[in-house]
Amino acid sequence: MTNSAKAENALELTDLSVAYRVAGRNRAVLRNLSLTIGQGEAYGLVGESGCGKSTVALTVVRYLPRNGSITGGAISLDDQDVMKLDAEALRRARAESVSMVYQDPGKALNPSIRVGRQLTEIFELGGVSGQAATERAIAMLNRVRISDPTSVMQRYPHQLSGGMQQRVAIAMALANDPSMLILDEPTTGLDATVEAEVLDLIAQLRQELSASILFISHNLAVVSNMCDRVGVLYAGMLVEEGPTDVVFNDPRHPYTVALLRCLPRGGQRKDQGRLDTIPGFLPGIGVDIKGCAFADRCALADDRCRSELPPLYDLGGRLSRCFHHDKAQALPRATPSDVAPAPKAAAAPVLRVAGLNKTYASHGHALRAVKDVSLDLRPGETLGLVGESGSGKTTFARLLLGLVPPDAGGTIELEGKALAPRLENRSDDQIKAMQIVFQNPDSALNRSHSIRHLIGRALKRLAGLSGKALEARLNDLVRSVRLTDRHLAVKPRQLSGGLKQRVAIARAFAGDPRIVVCDEPTSALDVSVQAAILNLLADLQSKEDVSYIFISHDLAVVRYLSDKIAVLYLGRIMELGPSEDVFSGPHHPYTEALLSAVPKLDQTETARIRLDGEIPSATSPPSGCVFHTRCPRKIGPICEQQEPPLSEAQPGHSIRCHIPYTELARLQRAVATEPA
Amino acid sequence: MSAVQTSSPTPDDMRRRGPLAEVFFSLLRSRTFLVGFAIVLFWVACALFGEHFAPYDPLADDIINALAPPSSEHWFGTDQIGRDVFSRVIVGSRDILTVAPLATLLATVAGTALGLITGYFRGLVDDVVSRILEAFMAIPVVIVALLAIVALGTSKTTVIVVIGLSFAPIIARTVRSAVLAERELDYVAAAQLRHESALHTMFVEILPNVVPPILVETTVRLGYAIFAVATLSFMGFGIQPPSPDWGLSISNNYGMIGGGFWWTVLFDALAIASLVIGVNLAADGVHGALND
Repeated sequence: MTNSAKAENALELTDLSVAYRVAGRNRAVLRNLSLTIGQGEAYGLVGESGCGKSTVALTVVRYLPRNGSITGGAISLDDQDVMKLDAEALRRARAESVSMVYQDPGKALNPSIRVGRQLTEIFELGGVSGQAATERAIAMLNRVRISDPTSVMQRYPHQLSGGMQQRVAIAMALANDPSMLILDEPTTGLDATVEAEVLDLIAQLRQELSASILFISHNLAVVSNMCDRVGVLYAGMLVEEGPTDVVFNDPRHPYTVALLRCLPRGGQRKDQGRLDTIPGFLPGIGVDIKGCAFADRCALADDRCRSELPPLYDLGGRLSRCFHHDKAQALPRATPSDVAPAPKAAAAPVLRVAGLNKTYASHGHALRAVKDVSLDLRPGETLGLVGESGSGKTTFARLLLGLVPPDAGGTIELEGKALAPRLENRSDDQIKAMQIVFQNPDSALNRSHSIRHLIGRALKRLAGLSGKALEARLNDLVRSVRLTDRHLAVKPRQLSGGLKQRVAIARAFAGDPRIVVCDEPTSALDVSVQAAILNLLADLQSKEDVSYIFISHDLAVVRYLSDKIAVLYLGRIMELGPSEDVFSGPHHPYTEALLSAVPKLDQTETARIRLDGEIPSATSPPSGCVFHTRCPRKIGPICEQQEPPLSEAQPGHSIRCHIPYTELARLQRAVATEPA
Repeated sequence: MSAVQTSSPTPDDMRRRGPLAEVFFSLLRSRTFLVGFAIVLFWVACALFGEHFAPYDPLADDIINALAPPSSEHWFGTDQIGRDVFSRVIVGSRDILTVAPLATLLATVAGTALGLITGYFRGLVDDVVSRILEAFMAIPVVIVALLAIVALGTSKTTVIVVIGLSFAPIIARTVRSAVLAERELDYVAAAQLRHESALHTMFVEILPNVVPPILVETTVRLGYAIFAVATLSFMGFGIQPPSPDWGLSISNNYGMIGGGFWWTVLFDALAIASLVIGVNLAADGVHGALND
């Protein structure tokens, strides 16, 4: 950009309205949205999926899909009216003053062109060529803290890890020193440890660059750490806006209040009460909204809310679109918090796993996906499995279910009886005793079948029911997962993500299972829906005395539901113990790093521990302790030479580390980390 | 914009019509499909009711008027024994429009079954069956037809079986690749966790989800089948006299072209071409509707 006198605001949206044309009708997605982002400011935009966050990002550069159109309002970028730019000026603005970084770096980079070429191309467009462009590309990669830029330049995107790809995408976005950087869920697909690195990088870059940032995320904690101001979007309307800490600590719109209550926070656990939820659904795209868009789901709503659109009240440096902004925090709970009864006293374990291994052959190398895992699970207990992607969580679950046969030698015992390694050789009773709720309901529910067929078939096969008995049980089951009869006739695609996951849960519970494996069941869901699903799982557990094996990358969610935690790294258990002990520590250095990586809503900045580099390849795991290559607390050569045993530090709490327990306690007391 | 990505946000909470209804409405909007479908419908009508509006009996000879050029009396002229070419073209679609669809149906059923089996079981079963199918695909249809006719004699059934079986491997290959993708989805694992039989998993769980590619492949194959039937009839291995079949008529009359009696061949050839084009246009439309 060449404008000498900088405009006061980097971005100004005034009364912006955007509609998508679907089936011949214009459907409003953004409704009179006004917001400003000052020079050098980081502005966070939060809201659930479908509220129009990404549409804002696309509209700023007039990059809407073909069926989208701006139906009103103005966009001003550095005092330039974006609506009035012709094609060439728009192209220049996109090339020079605005940059975007998207959620999936794997898709943002061209898979068949080397990283170096993709980067230099940007400089060449700007008129720099040859050696100079290469040098600037290297400088750019240095800037995003890539330690070996010349070798990264030679690689193709698929040869880089997700975190590295996102760094490259950020480097590309920063190449022309944009005045406005739009980040659309930049860390959503990344592991917590990698997410922490990328967020640190963005925070550091903010110090170095003058760029203003529009940061779009569904993750409130991420936004609270990254942004100066935050806007809460609901049904294409700004419902609340203000300085980040003020909005999150003292919300003045019932929607923000409810959203914050849905998150398990401060180490909340299932026996301390249910999570609050938001009843109902987001209004459909393009429906006419009379009055407040949130009125249908708001317990504070009165007749005025339903008939008259509340204005954006200015509350001194902050805005709230609510008639009752003064008493928003008095919003009654949508879900009573009455506590589920505590788990019964320990009985004999329902599941006992000993010495379980799984080795895959990968291009002639042995890939040890799961190594020597032993643990047990009692009735009504939840075992949380945590670890980065590639740590063997899902493989372990598939071994238990018999979907993948383990290596010879290990044993899986269900209620005292050994299970055959393969599913086909297990009895019908054993099969129905262990079921799974998959991560992605779109993959797990057959899209050709109706909900009635999906659940009915499971009842027929697993519970052996038919006719009237099946019908009666079907109705019970449907009600117990809080679906209604009108959901039965439809196909999965007609349901929202949360409802689909309820169907999957109903199916898993059809045969009165003893154990249900939950493989990231809420990772694809919005927080309000996640809260409802977590409540449901907790309720079903206290009612049916079922045990869960709960896999999740979200530590707050794992903590809420789990009685026991196993931390996996490269297929090995690094730490195993009661949930509270594992979270409160002293813990394994890896657990410590995982906990430290989680973005927290209450911005109590603690000394952070960051892991360097990526999880090593499982085909050639490091010698000695597999974590030594990234361990911030490595003590010396012993870590590289000898694999530490998983030794019991305290009754029930085992840690695989050379550092003695008391020493870990001393080291970690210095940096007390409390997870979100 | 510096970063490049083209994926657009599709609002996912829009309630849409059912998948079948959506395909149907999408077909109605496709000009390609409508044109193709109209052509095919025209020939189907001719096959069903042609004899009622054909001006002459397509089989009746009239030696005195043999090889008459097109005129107001005989729009498309007459052939070497004086049969009315117009009437023969109108009624000539009957055999080809029974044989080709039946052959395609046979190919679809056999191919779908083979594709499900190879794609579902994978491993050794897939390796063995797929190699056999590939070997089968390498043999030209005409040679198979010749052998079959020597062994079974000429009949419509032979033609249906020969074309059906030679197209089956091609459909099997399409179905197999679709099944391989479906096999990875968790609903198949969920079926295994209910101890469902392989047959149930293949036909009740997977099959409904691979119908779209099967539908596309079938319509495309139908075009080829029409062409194959015409070719076999032309070579004398297919539909037999006295049927007014187009391929057969061309075969009987193409010697006349040298004598300037072009009308005895041209209109049959155009009829074959129009039907193949019609089917292909319709197939294109179906493909577009299922893949947009």
